[in-house]
Amino acid sequence: MSEPLYSWGRYPRTAQHGHACPWIDGLTEHMHKVIGQHHTSLPYGNGRSYGDSCLAASDQVLHMRSLDRFIRADWSTGKIRVEAGVTLAEILAAAIPHGWFLPVTPGTQFATVGGAIANDVHGKNHHLRGTFGNHVLRFGLLRHGETALICSATENTKLFAASIGGLGLTGVINWADLQLMPVRSSQIDSTVVRFANLAEFFSLSAELDHQHEYSVAWVDCLAKGADTGRGVFIVGDHARYGSLEVERGSRLKMPLTPPVSLINNLSLRAFNSVYWRAHPGQRTAKRSAYEPFFYPLDRILHWNRIYGRNGFQQYQCVIPDANAQAAMGELLSAIADSGQGSFLAVLKRCGDIASPGLLSFPMPGTSLALDFPNSGDLQHVLFPRLDAIVRTAGGRLYPAKDAHMSGSDFRQAYPAWERLEALRDPSLMSRFWKRVIL
Amino acid sequence: MKRVLIIGATSAIATACARLWASEGCDFFLVARNADKLEQTAADLKGRGAKAITLHEMDATDIAAHPAMLQSCLLALGQIDVALIAHGTLPDQKVCEQEVSVALQEFANNGTSVIALLTLLAQQFETQRWGSLAVISSVAGDRGRPSNYLYGSAKAAVSTFSEGLQARLFKVGVHVLTIKPGFVDTPMTQGLSLPAALLAQPQQVAERIVAGIARKSPTLYTPGFWALIMLVIRSIPQPVFKRLNL
Repeated sequence: MSEPLYSWGRYPRTAQHGHACPWIDGLTEHMHKVIGQHHTSLPYGNGRSYGDSCLAASDQVLHMRSLDRFIRADWSTGKIRVEAGVTLAEILAAAIPHGWFLPVTPGTQFATVGGAIANDVHGKNHHLRGTFGNHVLRFGLLRHGETALICSATENTKLFAASIGGLGLTGVINWADLQLMPVRSSQIDSTVVRFANLAEFFSLSAELDHQHEYSVAWVDCLAKGADTGRGVFIVGDHARYGSLEVERGSRLKMPLTPPVSLINNLSLRAFNSVYWRAHPGQRTAKRSAYEPFFYPLDRILHWNRIYGRNGFQQYQCVIPDANAQAAMGELLSAIADSGQGSFLAVLKRCGDIASPGLLSFPMPGTSLALDFPNSGDLQHVLFPRLDAIVRTAGGRLYPAKDAHMSGSDFRQAYPAWERLEALRDPSLMSRFWKRVIL
Repeated sequence: MKRVLIIGATSAIATACARLWASEGCDFFLVARNADKLEQTAADLKGRGAKAITLHEMDATDIAAHPAMLQSCLLALGQIDVALIAHGTLPDQKVCEQEVSVALQEFANNGTSVIALLTLLAQQFETQRWGSLAVISSVAGDRGRPSNYLYGSAKAAVSTFSEGLQARLFKVGVHVLTIKPGFVDTPMTQGLSLPAALLAQPQQVAERIVAGIARKSPTLYTPGFWALIMLVIRSIPQPVFKRLNL
């Protein structure tokens, strides 16, 4: 049998037993069997959710990665139908030679299509294209003991909305129709400039975001005082002149899990200072392949192991525009005080394009994401402090990244949860949902 | 652009190989028992870049059906640049010990049918004086182990046959590759309790096979560390080996 499955943060460290189904026609029966044996289950894609949203309450998951076939692809229109376990990397590999790209991509290409829908992921172009769910034309949904459904903006509309960002609870998505985005080349023309503080970030964002397809910023999470919120602003567009090439960049591999985290205050402080100084003070034009631009961490397979046996947690929140600048200042000060954090800390302005999904994470405002090596301190000191700031500012946390938020915070931030709960397939239950709903 | 014949095309390892060739834009002639699975496999390969694909339903143990299959294949592809024989089953050793008919059927699935196909294809490759003929055998064929010796003996027959064929066809410029996978995470091995550290993914195995065909390797253990494991296992003396429960 295959290895035990975990979530990406390896916390909570609850091993999942994966039940794989090799052919899509057999999925209904497969689901029936697993649920018959274990009462509840949960679809699990490629294990890129960080916290416990991809862990089944029964620890018995439907391992969807084996359903990884293209069903049809029309390269004249950029419409594809794929099984839910196909990864975004596989779509790019097939689509790029024909001049198509994912309209929305998160920071890893190893997520599955089913996972991308269930978490309604977003990317560096949220301000222009919204979430992944905005580009899903329709999908198949299997609910235990019911006939197979097709959901779209015009068919089974309630389940369509509830399943986008529905955390795999409304049924098992078995295939999906996606609309890809045409590109002239697979390279990215980018512009990079560093900023000295948060105010500069917000003015750069206001000036540049609407001019560029992609916009994101790296932030030095340890900088204090006047330097709080210093970072590097990056905007980019698909290059007009270039080639359509699938990249299979060399991959490094984190071969083992060290007993303790290799990320600590010393290594982090040193890295962040050097990294910030290494970037230009003037706006500088660059040319980049798509992999390093979108997926810098995918270069290192199993990079999550770097945080050691105890795993790590990601903190990702979004704060509405009105309070964003003040709240980001408070959040970053609190994090810098704690002396913890990660190399990759990401600031991003989200736009106002509404997702069709009920429980979509982004809202018009600013999102901050960073990883923390796990510790008791995190759970009891830093996270409660950050949560209080987010709560007061009217923001919310991202379930796909979460292993800690309180039920009351969740229900407050996602009032549509009751509508999702009403549409949930009673045979599907995650550890996350159990934690925040019950 | 290669022209590729795959027998047992819906198996996990074959599919993973085909996807790598598809991304190069190859033409395919795919043979398998199940029409539905063939269709799904073809649609997937089309999506991933395959050019022309022809499907052919055949049970590999139906030896009388082999020549017609080859004829259709040549009609579709013109010539065969790569042939991959990948069909097989994993017999229940315990049942094979009790039922002669099951044992012989399993030997046909994994041994005789492969030898029949190799014989037929060898004639074609000999005429072509060109191309690669790859066959999936197994590490199980290197030694007769009590847990799995029916399967092992069929694969041993395939490995030895393939070695002889290699020496025969080498002289006319045809490459024959014997592939010996270890434990691979496929539907065939589902339900077995295999050591996780030794379990390979089909994609990993396929990358090695496709590279091995490209550089004309004679024998390929996959993943590579199996060459070492089998070196050790082959060198265990008989008096010791018969006391082990491998």
